[in-house]
Amino acid sequence: MAIKVRDRVEFGAYERSYLPEVIRGVGITLRHLLGNLFGRKETRALQTLNYPDEQRVYPKRYRGQHRLLAREDGSPRCVACYMCATACPAYCIHIVAAESDDPEIEKYPAAFEIDQLRCIYCGLCVEACPEDAIRMDTGVHTPPFLSRDDAVMGRVDLMALSGQAGTPPAYGAQNAREGKPRGC
Amino acid sequence: MDLWHNVAFFYLVTTVIKFAVIAGFVLTVAALLTWMERRQSAYMQDRMGPHRASFFSFRGKPVTLWGLVHVIADSTKMLFKEPFMPGAADAFVFQLAPAVGFVSSLMIMAFVPFGPDLHTGLEAPWDVIPLQLVRVDGGLLWILAMGSLGIYGTALAGWSSNNKFALLGGIRASAQSVSYEIALGLTLVGMLMVSGSSELSAMLEVQRGDILGGWLPRWGLFLQPVGAMLYFIAAMAETKRAPFDMPEGESEIIGYFVEYSSMGFGLFMLGEFVEVVVLAALFSTVFLGGWMPPGMAVDGSVHLGPLTLAAGSVGLALLGMATFAFKVLLMCVLQLQVRWTLPRFRYDQLMDVGWKMLLPWSLVNMVVSMAAIWWDPTFTKLLQLNGVLTFLFVLVVAAGPKRTERAAPQGMALGDSHGH
Repeated sequence: MAIKVRDRVEFGAYERSYLPEVIRGVGITLRHLLGNLFGRKETRALQTLNYPDEQRVYPKRYRGQHRLLAREDGSPRCVACYMCATACPAYCIHIVAAESDDPEIEKYPAAFEIDQLRCIYCGLCVEACPEDAIRMDTGVHTPPFLSRDDAVMGRVDLMALSGQAGTPPAYGAQNAREGKPRGC
Repeated sequence: MDLWHNVAFFYLVTTVIKFAVIAGFVLTVAALLTWMERRQSAYMQDRMGPHRASFFSFRGKPVTLWGLVHVIADSTKMLFKEPFMPGAADAFVFQLAPAVGFVSSLMIMAFVPFGPDLHTGLEAPWDVIPLQLVRVDGGLLWILAMGSLGIYGTALAGWSSNNKFALLGGIRASAQSVSYEIALGLTLVGMLMVSGSSELSAMLEVQRGDILGGWLPRWGLFLQPVGAMLYFIAAMAETKRAPFDMPEGESEIIGYFVEYSSMGFGLFMLGEFVEVVVLAALFSTVFLGGWMPPGMAVDGSVHLGPLTLAAGSVGLALLGMATFAFKVLLMCVLQLQVRWTLPRFRYDQLMDVGWKMLLPWSLVNMVVSMAAIWWDPTFTKLLQLNGVLTFLFVLVVAAGPKRTERAAPQGMALGDSHGH
């Protein structure tokens, strides 16, 4: 059995008179008070962020909502090779491949769904993609859902974010995807 | 108008106006303190505190006034909550108690001068309007009496709630207040002897002028530094706030107002803040020269560059009131700072501080001041002796042994019940 031997602290007249220690304590709290009131925002001890009003700037490599990139003609770059779905450790990507009309392209995704409730935002799909068709650089949070079906984002949803890269949106913008009301 | 020649009417009108000013000031500052306490403590602890309440917007941005709207929100909530009363409580006393505490602490302000005398230029008795609600000999005794009455609020609340914890809180409050009232009175004796009067405006008169060749205003703080310090500690104990908040002790007994809800509790809370304001006002008046701005000439006039505010003028009255308000607010901030810095005393420590530290030192201060004033009524010796006393105090405190780490005897650690 471990016995913790604690050293006793004997207070002298200095401490027992309370006053110098009280003044020291008030000095410490006063330093915090004045520092937080008048100090520069970057260096002060008070770090609270008023979240909806103020938002932290995300790092460039922040992995947010996925987006599917488009070719110049607007069709998805994705060739339905299943690399991302295979790499995905959460099994959240479901692709239905279809033959493409374009002779240059073999396949295209007839359906490309990401279940946001399963996704762990690891970014392995982005690493795996040979066509640079999927990225997670939108800076968008996963929006809140009211039903599990809403959490599954289809090709249209993912393509809607196609041109959006790296800009954290204003508060509430996540819910305005495609003008589709999310009810929240 | 004939009515104005009626002395009673004159006194009535001026008194009502003065009452409105002083009561408005105290209650406003007390309400402000509920906000200040939360914001100041938050900033001390690296938090933000409440600052989001608002009920209207200006140019699309909600108006929060740095969180001041919370004061309105809080009081509205207090007013509209259910005033619950335990079935076994003594209904009359239960409802009387919050008012007793609140009113008695508010009454103290009647004796505090909040500005210089106004000279109207008319014949007596219309010539002078003192900016003080009640000018009566022995005003300080009234103040001490009212301060003691305040404890009835807590004691009655604790007793009538028919709750063991409330009763404990009430008893703690009574014991604490009895212990600290002795020191509270004795520390004021020094200033009583200096001014030769227990009337607060007379105590201000003696603080007029300067000392040390004009380097310092002749405030009670410099005539009675030890007394001022001891008074501040004792008076903080009388406000029943941390580190002396035994009667409340929310982490152990919740306190004398445990059964109160709604505005009953609100009155206790507001009364506590009124006590803070009253202490600040008393300390400012007795030790910080009250309404007198630093640098005031001996004849009572103030020179602001080319501008001269003569004694008795409206300008000086306004400046005096502003100075008084500033000093009061400063002392309030200091009290909040101390309150949020120190943890609660243990009960035996509380009694030790009261009986073994405040009481002996206030007696020493009293005797030394008495000797000095008897020796030299111009206060030169008083200043010197006070300097010596302060120096001795600093010497004892600073040169005294500091904390030492002593290893615990082996085999003692197990089953060691010491600690808290």
